Amino acid sequence: MANIGTVNDSEFQQTVLDSDTPVLVDFWAEWCVPCHMVTPIVEEIGTEKGDGLKVVKLNIDENPQATQTYGVMSIPSLILFKGGQEVARVIGAKPKDAILRDLEPHLV
Amino acid sequence: MDDIRNVLIIGSGPAGFTAALYAARASLEPLVLKGLEAGGQLMLTTDVENYPGFADGILGPELMEQMEKQASRFGAEILPVHVTEVDLSTRPFAVRAGDQQWRARAIVISTGATARWLGVPGEERLRGRGVSACATCDGFFFRDRELIVTGGGDTAMEEATFLTKFASSVTLVHRRDEFRASKVMAERALANPKIRVVWDTVIEEILGTDAVTGVRLRNVKTGEVHEQATDGVFMAIGHDPTTALFRGQLDLDDEGYVRVQEPRTATSVPGVFAAGDVTDTTYRQAVTAAGQGCKAAIDVERFLEAERHNG
Repeated sequence: MANIGTVNDSEFQQTVLDSDTPVLVDFWAEWCVPCHMVTPIVEEIGTEKGDGLKVVKLNIDENPQATQTYGVMSIPSLILFKGGQEVARVIGAKPKDAILRDLEPHLV
Repeated sequence: MDDIRNVLIIGSGPAGFTAALYAARASLEPLVLKGLEAGGQLMLTTDVENYPGFADGILGPELMEQMEKQASRFGAEILPVHVTEVDLSTRPFAVRAGDQQWRARAIVISTGATARWLGVPGEERLRGRGVSACATCDGFFFRDRELIVTGGGDTAMEEATFLTKFASSVTLVHRRDEFRASKVMAERALANPKIRVVWDTVIEEILGTDAVTGVRLRNVKTGEVHEQATDGVFMAIGHDPTTALFRGQLDLDDEGYVRVQEPRTATSVPGVFAAGDVTDTTYRQAVTAAGQGCKAAIDVERFLEAERHNG
């Protein structure tokens, strides 16, 4: 039931920065308990927004470059990219409505 | 859908799951709404050495997984839902999570406590960029860096000790001249060669633009202020009870803890019971929370039985 794609360091440019649609990147790790709670929420959001939003997850253990480039120092971190730029960032496990509150202004 | 449950349990730490286990075995068909921080504070620790029954210790998340399985085995319904609103003014009580609603004859509040923040300048801004309240979550990002942990209880000792796995050095900043932590934990931290302690000191401000670069410290005895460079600041200054949901609906004490009628778990609203850290400012242990969860389930059972008898 994976409505969320994966992205890695080598694909980051193509999949995230060059995308015409906004992309929400879910930075996570296997050992991060709060991450497991946020990822299903991100999947739901991806399904609800349909073609208006792409959602992908990035494993920080396997992809140190993107993790460092975007200064991710705490997970879960959700970063919304539009036109190759970071426009919003949600740090830490939060309920769906709190996450949407931060993201929706950018998803018109 | 809108049928009335016997008992609804809000929260899923040791208190919530033990209440669920006992309620399930009493054939009350309890419903547990796990909340966003499902599993409670033990999900954020590694080894739990002081929960009785585990001579070699057990990992926090593993212990919680076992508790959940056990409650589920006897018929507790457990949902990964985060409660956003409750209405305790009428019977049956109403509990909402976004668009979903449940009604119940009795409720067990076991929403626990969440980490406290200092409330100093820079803290909010730099959260997730060097400021954290969870060593197991964020320690990973600070390999070979210098860290500060602020606090003086068991959590601070544990966080500081854990962080030495990654950090080159850990400075424990504490506002008094002795720790209130248990002896074992304090001694362990003090004996660690990577940990040093700065006593009688508080953090006044956390510095840095895009990430933490340092802190401004003040000695509370001398008033002396100085800056210390650091790569990260971890809060371990205690927890506040998670009771915003219930404010104005039941009796809370000055610090926000739910008042219960010891030795029972009844709150100021008949039919609403509370267990665990949400009521407890004195002990705050997993095993005392579990014990209180058991009491809450028994209290619920007796309450519903008495109601049935009295028509």
